[in-house]
Amino acid sequence: MVNLTMNGLEIAFEKGASLLEAARFFGIEIPTLCYNEGLNPYGACRLCLVEVGAPGRSRLVSSCTYPVQPGLIVRTHSARVLKARRLLLELYLATCPSSKIIQDLASKHHVTRVRFKQKNEECILCGLCTRYCAEQMHGHAIGMVGRGAERRIGSAFNKKSEDCRLCGGCSYICPACQARCQGPDEKSAVCGACLNLAPPCLDDHDDAMCYLDPCAACEMRGER
Amino acid sequence: MEALQARLKTPADLERYRAAIKAKQETITHRLSVCGGTGCAGGGSARIRDYLQDYLARRGLSARVALRFTGCLGLCERGPLVIVSPGEIFYQKVTAADAAEIVDQTVLKGELVERLLYTDPLNGEKYVSANEIPFLKKQSRFLLGDNWRLDPASIEDYLGLGGYAVLAGCLDGLNGAEIIARLKASRLRGRGGAGFPTGIKWAEGREAPGDQKYIICNADEGDPGAFMDRSLMEGNPHSVLEGLIIGGYAIGAGEGIVFVRAEYPTAVKNIRLAIARAEEVGLLGEDILGSGFDFRVSVSVGAGAFVSGETSALIRAVEGQVGEPRQKPPHLAQQGLWKKPTVVNNVETLANVPLILRLGTESYSGIGTASSKGTKIFSLVGKVNNTGLVEVPLGMTLREIIDDIGGGIKGGKRFKAVQTGGPSGGCLPASLLDLPTDYEALSEAGSMMGSGGMIVMDEETCMVDLARYFLAFLKEESCGACFSCREGIARMLEMVEAITRGESSPGQLELLEELAAVVKEASMCGLGQTASNPVLSTLRYFREEYLAHLVDRRCPAGVCRDLISFRIEAGICNGCGACRKSCPAGAVEGKKKEPHRIAAALCTRCGICLETCRYGAVLKE
Ligand SMILES: Cc1cc2nc3c(=O)[nH]c(=O)nc-3n(C[C@H](O)[C@H](O)[C@H](O)COP(=O)(O)O)c2cc1C
Ligand code: FES
Repeated sequence: MVNLTMNGLEIAFEKGASLLEAARFFGIEIPTLCYNEGLNPYGACRLCLVEVGAPGRSRLVSSCTYPVQPGLIVRTHSARVLKARRLLLELYLATCPSSKIIQDLASKHHVTRVRFKQKNEECILCGLCTRYCAEQMHGHAIGMVGRGAERRIGSAFNKKSEDCRLCGGCSYICPACQARCQGPDEKSAVCGACLNLAPPCLDDHDDAMCYLDPCAACEMRGER
Repeated sequence: MEALQARLKTPADLERYRAAIKAKQETITHRLSVCGGTGCAGGGSARIRDYLQDYLARRGLSARVALRFTGCLGLCERGPLVIVSPGEIFYQKVTAADAAEIVDQTVLKGELVERLLYTDPLNGEKYVSANEIPFLKKQSRFLLGDNWRLDPASIEDYLGLGGYAVLAGCLDGLNGAEIIARLKASRLRGRGGAGFPTGIKWAEGREAPGDQKYIICNADEGDPGAFMDRSLMEGNPHSVLEGLIIGGYAIGAGEGIVFVRAEYPTAVKNIRLAIARAEEVGLLGEDILGSGFDFRVSVSVGAGAFVSGETSALIRAVEGQVGEPRQKPPHLAQQGLWKKPTVVNNVETLANVPLILRLGTESYSGIGTASSKGTKIFSLVGKVNNTGLVEVPLGMTLREIIDDIGGGIKGGKRFKAVQTGGPSGGCLPASLLDLPTDYEALSEAGSMMGSGGMIVMDEETCMVDLARYFLAFLKEESCGACFSCREGIARMLEMVEAITRGESSPGQLELLEELAAVVKEASMCGLGQTASNPVLSTLRYFREEYLAHLVDRRCPAGVCRDLISFRIEAGICNGCGACRKSCPAGAVEGKKKEPHRIAAALCTRCGICLETCRYGAVLKE
């Protein structure tokens, strides 16, 4: 076991585990896009950032790839972390607004505007599909191709790979094209509407409980 | 030099061999060092060497006149260079046709070939000895200074200068911990970019459990315009190799690897040759000099991506994977190459090691400032009179480097900024010219030491355009794995490009700053963590220039094409028609001998008319 401090709490956690695993075990919620319990961590989406180190000498690291270490001081929701997380979510919205997962995360983090030029990409290169294919299916049918801004997911020679068994795992696990939402209206990338797809709204169901916060329906009516 | 009969088995063997080399060298009366560095080789210095060789043979002088083809001698602009010693007579802009004259006049008669001597462009004085030339004299060439004294292909030359004595001394009398203690005392810091104390890094490597360890020499050198590591590898490969062997001994590694980019064929060739020669004489391999220490070195040639110079990416590349960084910890000293403890050091760092042990830590740490010890090689390029590699004590001010060694700004223009630290360094303004070049001072000013790139800019450089240039480079070179780095750099570039086109709006500067700060904090490796520096430093020191683009839609330096226009001043134009004929867009109109006009709708703002006009009638606004 490794002893460390997380958000002021002294905790002990299994050696070799990541900060993200430890945080989740203790019920601390950290958003992720490229993490999946069944796959090797990849550290690409940067949403799981946490602050490590003593105040004044601390830095941000991705919790999914950072191992628990004796005496480490970790802060999962400091102002510095939240500021970076929000800006990253704004960038995600500006890049790939049609992902329901991204829209939900943005809503949850109160990201309500996009100040960057709007793009409409389908892939955020989180690498879940390539890792799923390689690690779970032993397929290696797809992989990362190219560097920097040219990077994309592809197969060897751009042909359908012999190794592909059409298992569909890649599209199942994709956070960008899976369960794609209808998308926001053209003017803005911020949607948030799906939070109200089937709202347990007191207007319609007298004995339902209202727990949505924020609730887009209320906000639109100007009741909050 | 006669081949050695058997491998050297003891330090005494080495000293006997060295004495034999020196005795042999006594019979040489003159030496001709022809620069084989990149610049001079481009100017045809190989041919000069061949001519000299032929001519020496024809005159029967080959036995007593030694000819060397050396690494870079430093004043690339004046190449090809030849140094004749004794006297260190410095000949510049030499051609193959001068070969015979150099031999006849200088070697045989002891007379100078006046027209080949160097005249300083600033003070107009002529110099004979290489040691007197201001550009070289004001430097402290501890690492580069031997370049003209040795042929990189010859281990005998290196031994003749006292090479490998330090290694022998270490193997004979010091254990790893003692060597590390000396390095710690010298306060040597890594020259590859991060400036991490080498002694501490070696101690971590030594203390890491495991009997198989590696030490890697990082010769990836990906910064555009930088060539200090190349110059060391090409000019004095044995000094790097000696540092690597000592490092291997100190941390307990059995294997060393030199990772060098394929774009450096001469460096690859010279280091391979150096390894082969060291193996032959017994300075590499099993039981080196009878110490019981076994060490081998191999060369790994990389494809030359900028990011693969990052240590964890480099290790993946050596393993044959795609050169992408990974998150640390686990640190390389615990889990490096093939998951074994590994130490990675830069070329220049390793070349410092034998120097420190030879000078002694006390004299060594007398060079430099309180926190930054020793010398640093800078690649001084851009708008200065003397460009090239300069080696100076750490802490020398930017002004001394640029004015005293670099000879000031070309063409009498005004200094505007200097970019230090390579593509992800920062731009410093004239008000900071007296800043000392030490690690802390540079980072506090928003730049960094990096690996030693130094680009000087004059008033004709637009700082927004410069930030755009570096961002474009980094966008290409990011591995693309981290979202913050990949998308963040692309978005910063998008925003800066909009500013250079006059298509931005005021709030964008604040947003750019906000984004730059997050890219710096959120990215995994050093590339993303420093990618914002060009933007942040130009915003910090040249904000009014950004505002001029943004608010006034004007590029003060006259660089950003979308924000400038050309006009012909009717009062000056005499209608010669030169600009009309040269304009590739056909945008200049006017009758002969009458003032011409530029049709704004057709003009592509290429500036050819401005260059063509001999009367100064074309104005850029
Ligand atoms: C993107 C990137 C590129 C780098 N390129 C190089 C390089 O070409 N050569 C080098 O020695 N270090 C390079 N470094 C620094 C290395 O990561 C590392 O700090 C250095 O090799 C360690 O050696 P030192 O302690 O002797 O400086 C680079 C770092 C980053 C983040
Ligand atoms: S979940 Fe950690 S970086 Fe994506």
